[in-house]
Amino acid sequence: MNTIPMEYYLLISAFMFSVGVTGVLIRRNAIVVFMCIELMLNSANLALVTFSSFLGDPAGQVFVFFVMTVAAAEAAVGLAIIIAIFRNKLTVNIDEINIFKW
Amino acid sequence: MINEILNSITFIYPELAVSIFLLIIVLVDLVFHKDKKYIPYISLAGLVITGILVLNQIGITHFAFVPQLSAVKKYGMMTIDPFGSYFKLLVVVTSILIIFFTIASEEVIDLKERLGEFHALIYGMILGMLVMISASDLILIYLSLELLSLSSYVLAGFLKLRERSSEASLKYVIYGSVSSGLMLFGISIIYGLTGSTNLYVINSLIQGPQINLFTLSFSSILMFVGIGYKISAAPFHFWTPDVYEGAPISITAYLSVASKAAGFALLIRFIQTGFTSFISEDGYWTLIAVFDWQALLIAISILTMTLGNFSALWQDNLKRMLAYSSIAHAGYILLGIAVLSNQGLIAVLIYFFVYMLMNIGAFYVVMLISNKTGSENIDDYDGLGAKAPFLGVALAIFLISLTGLPPTAGFIAKLYLFIALIDANMIVVAIIALLNTVVSLYYYVRVLKHMYLTKSEREQENITPSIGSLVYLLVLLIPILFFGIYFTPIVEFARSCVSLLGI
Repeated sequence: MNTIPMEYYLLISAFMFSVGVTGVLIRRNAIVVFMCIELMLNSANLALVTFSSFLGDPAGQVFVFFVMTVAAAEAAVGLAIIIAIFRNKLTVNIDEINIFKW
Repeated sequence: MINEILNSITFIYPELAVSIFLLIIVLVDLVFHKDKKYIPYISLAGLVITGILVLNQIGITHFAFVPQLSAVKKYGMMTIDPFGSYFKLLVVVTSILIIFFTIASEEVIDLKERLGEFHALIYGMILGMLVMISASDLILIYLSLELLSLSSYVLAGFLKLRERSSEASLKYVIYGSVSSGLMLFGISIIYGLTGSTNLYVINSLIQGPQINLFTLSFSSILMFVGIGYKISAAPFHFWTPDVYEGAPISITAYLSVASKAAGFALLIRFIQTGFTSFISEDGYWTLIAVFDWQALLIAISILTMTLGNFSALWQDNLKRMLAYSSIAHAGYILLGIAVLSNQGLIAVLIYFFVYMLMNIGAFYVVMLISNKTGSENIDDYDGLGAKAPFLGVALAIFLISLTGLPPTAGFIAKLYLFIALIDANMIVVAIIALLNTVVSLYYYVRVLKHMYLTKSEREQENITPSIGSLVYLLVLLIPILFFGIYFTPIVEFARSCVSLLGI
């Protein structure tokens, strides 16, 4: 474990986070957007676990369990909302979900 | 260990009461699934009990849930202090008003079968807000923020057969999860820098010289994204008008007052306990020189109020206009924090109390009218002053108060804000805020013009509100007019509630 330096884990975490943010910004399918949001949460989880392991402090790993639970709840709510909007509009493309304009 | 937990439980009675009543509502919903008309009264009873428990806590200053195993044993995961109790009281009173709001709202009455879920979700929001207000640990902050957000996503889309409601909900859930994801990444960096999730420990650690300033500023900004989305501050406000327009009106009113109040309480606690090194005798906070919160807050608040006010100018839907107006109000309130002094904090507390009364009142009148006409378009308000005299006068008073003109309480709220700004020598900012108030006058008065000066093209029946609605409106109107003239009581109460649990 300690043979791999901390920077490697953090770089992967930062990369995953960037992929997640980019995906949210450019993808137009609501379900893919949700997958990218999960990627963002998981990159934060990886960072937390890394810090926790290298600091020798269990709080970060406890936090990760909570984040995983929240991510599951968020996915459940998000998918339910996507189903509700699919029944109304027969599409999950974000560009076509545009009643509201300013 | 067990003693500490048992001892801490005595400090979280309001949260426990809310959790118990949440379970009771779910069970009653399951057992008596034929007859659901009692559920609103059960949730009212629960809120009254919670309110009494919060009132008992006012004046107490204490840590709850202090970890026994860690090296730093002084600081707990939750802080009970007068500042938190003030905001908890505000949230509970708002919730009581909103339950009465839903009893009169046709949209919610039509739900019938799903009334139990509706109230259970409202209780989920209340629990999230109460925990968020007193949380002083990053884990608890994240969890309570998510509890609040998840319940409000569902509530925003509760009218699932209505296309607008589902769309509002989808936009809310996407914006919300992205910003909470950014916030979580910020939390993970702060944890990596300091090795602790407790705000008090973080405060003492970032005063040391070995902290990387750039990383800390980056993570602070990421944290601010999560909070800024909750309070709908400017670059993160895009969800607000859409969600407020699409959600059921009762939920719109609730989101615009209660969840915003909880977000502001979290922001104030985060800055005050996380980044303040000491508070001088005349009440000015000196921040640790790691991140210039004042510049960030001033820039964001000016942007927020200007965008909110100017976008509200050409809105024809009253709900959408009030949404932009609530963004502008968030900008004013942020200025109260940007002063970074106890006087600014008093102004924020007063502002929120008044804002609760006038904003819920304005939404209530809009709801009563849309119950009758089925629309919130400004053209349907033509000639309303003659057809519904009481509603017209009530809406006029609420809107004048939202503008901040005397003799209403809205004037007092803005007055204290400007006094705090001028005392801190932020004259230019005060002038910008004042000019913004002038802009806001246009769109509020535009509604009055439609009500009193424009003749309606269509024939409409008179709108007479029920006795209950009359009483409800009077309950909101009398304090607005009374505190506009005699405001010492709220100022004194706010002054007694400014103290946060210190460093």
